[in-house]
Amino acid sequence: MPLTERIIDGFKVGEVLHEGGMALLHRASRPDDPTPLLMKVPRMRPGEDPAAIVSFQMEQMIMPRLAGPHVPRFVAMAGFEASPYIVMERIEGPALSERLRDVPLPVDDVAAIGAAVADALDDLHRQHVVHLDVKPANILFRPDGTAVLVDFGLAHHDQLPDLMAEEFRLPYGSTPYMAPEQLLGVRHDPRSDLFALGALLYQLATGETPFGEPQHLKGAKRRLWRDPTPPRRRREAIPPWLQEVILRCLEVSPDRRHPTAAQLAFDLRHPDQIALTARAERRRRDDIVTALRRRLQPEPLAPRRVGAAGRIAAAPILAVAIDLSQTTDELAGVLRNQVQKMLGSRPGARLACLHVLRQTAAAAGDQALRNRHVQRLVELRHWAAPLHLAEGRVTFHVLEAPDAAEAILDYARANRVDHLVMGARENSLSRRLLGSVAGQVAAEAPCSVTVVRRRRVG
Amino acid sequence: MRLAVLADVHGNLEAFRACLDHARARGAERIILLGDLVGYGADPDAVVDTAMAEVAGGAVALLGNHDEAAIGTAGTGMNDLAALAIVWTRRRLSDAHRRFLTDLPLTHEQDGRLFVHADASAPGRWHYVQNAEAARRSIAATAAQATICGHVHRPALYSLGENDKMNAFAPVSGAAVPLARGRRWLAVMGAVGQPRDGNPAACYGMLDTARCDIAWQRVPYDIDAAASKIRAAGLPAGLADRLFLGR
Repeated sequence: MPLTERIIDGFKVGEVLHEGGMALLHRASRPDDPTPLLMKVPRMRPGEDPAAIVSFQMEQMIMPRLAGPHVPRFVAMAGFEASPYIVMERIEGPALSERLRDVPLPVDDVAAIGAAVADALDDLHRQHVVHLDVKPANILFRPDGTAVLVDFGLAHHDQLPDLMAEEFRLPYGSTPYMAPEQLLGVRHDPRSDLFALGALLYQLATGETPFGEPQHLKGAKRRLWRDPTPPRRRREAIPPWLQEVILRCLEVSPDRRHPTAAQLAFDLRHPDQIALTARAERRRRDDIVTALRRRLQPEPLAPRRVGAAGRIAAAPILAVAIDLSQTTDELAGVLRNQVQKMLGSRPGARLACLHVLRQTAAAAGDQALRNRHVQRLVELRHWAAPLHLAEGRVTFHVLEAPDAAEAILDYARANRVDHLVMGARENSLSRRLLGSVAGQVAAEAPCSVTVVRRRRVG
Repeated sequence: MRLAVLADVHGNLEAFRACLDHARARGAERIILLGDLVGYGADPDAVVDTAMAEVAGGAVALLGNHDEAAIGTAGTGMNDLAALAIVWTRRRLSDAHRRFLTDLPLTHEQDGRLFVHADASAPGRWHYVQNAEAARRSIAATAAQATICGHVHRPALYSLGENDKMNAFAPVSGAAVPLARGRRWLAVMGAVGQPRDGNPAACYGMLDTARCDIAWQRVPYDIDAAASKIRAAGLPAGLADRLFLGR
């Protein structure tokens, strides 16, 4: 029976906006509530895929537990004793699938979209959820460009029973984007979403999906051993750094992908700081003998089960803010020790070294300022050298801004920094005159802040 | 309403008190004691006293197999360690304690939820629900949308979907799991007084009937005190040692 024009639990049900394989999406509204709403109703007629019900139950368990700008706001739901539904905020903005008409997209657009989606995935993974169906139709944008992930019917929550995993032998998902381990039934690894995002970026950058559109599981499984055509072979204009990022996402082994979505977003926002490997220069697929050897001797794909949020904890983005003009060698050494301890046993962690060059708008473009900028970069590198961090694990940033604390805070917000380390100003007079940068940062930062100070005698 | 469900206290007064305090501090409005108040631990009398006071204040208490053995006189059919502890426990209980335990029901039903110490398909036979097949048998035997039991000393959550498939899940402590309608659920509480899942912290369940979800809580308690009393009572030292290991 069509629901349109009915009133259910106070919600006026409007027309069907989308008919999916497992559910229908209706426009919905509530008197005295201007919020645009969406009502999702599962397909439950006899003969429908039983997965539709289980998938809907999964979404009913997950959605009320999600919050933040990167998911539709959950409003209400009803269970299976009457007509089941989920009512949520309707995201008006365009779906990424609409951009597929324009592919290949300019490189800057690909990077910006990739970073926005990686931000959304980072937020989701922090909330214990692996999406497992990242594809253009499931990514919408708010008017300010924030990416919103929708449809959690195939998702895995690492603190809830995974009904889909146990009840269906075959993996569900969208074959052009599905990660190799997902095709083998692994559902708990957040890096599966990074693979899907890589496939998506490949499509946006080249106009083609990396593995075609296989209709069957067997065809989809080719990606376990057959590498995709390098993006730059399909489109000359793609820079080496973008190919590096895309092919890293598309690595068969999750361990060779970016450790977290936040780190992927970081790379897409700082292309000049990406450590290029052989991936960046690859011009053709591996020869067939190499590919067949992989097929006959596949690499074991058994990622350790640590949970989505656990993976982020193991691979944080650390940032150290050093005011080299104010820092004695001794404090610089203490700071380095602190950072070394924090990087310690976490090979997935990365470090951003920041220096704020105070400048006013009038001074921009000045040659002397440029010289100082370069000098500060050199000094940051010199400071970090004893840490012996591999290229790609450490990056250097001289921020030009009038206010040091604001610049550091902006950086931490934009780059999803997990932990900031900074030195306390040693000179008490300048602290009194200028105020404490560390104090303001510690008070307002979106993450943990460690303020390092040399122990005073007496 | 928030219900705190405490199973398998086993004479461990320190763990019992810690869980009751923890639950009250988190808004528990009703306490349900899921059986096995006694056996193994050194404070059966004080635990039963506490339980009697709770019941007088509105709590529900159910019978467990160790409670049944402790009020009986015959052989227990239990393993040596458990039987030894029961013989010791019998001497510690007063007539009032025995009367209280004798009157405990095997099951309690509330809003479509069934509370029981062990397998609900034969509550007095004390079968363990420790795998999906046992859970299916228990679920199939009743009409309850959710069954909450203990007896196993290890937290677990099972559910049965409309397509007749069972799902088994190891709960994450502190994370509430919705007992979604459209499925039937069987939740196994961990043990308050003798956890056996490798985590020595006391375990109980917090059921939120408005939100229809359940969370397994882990509560640290003074294991040293509970273990010393077991040793001082002359009970087997293994009963004290295992508390530190959660085995």
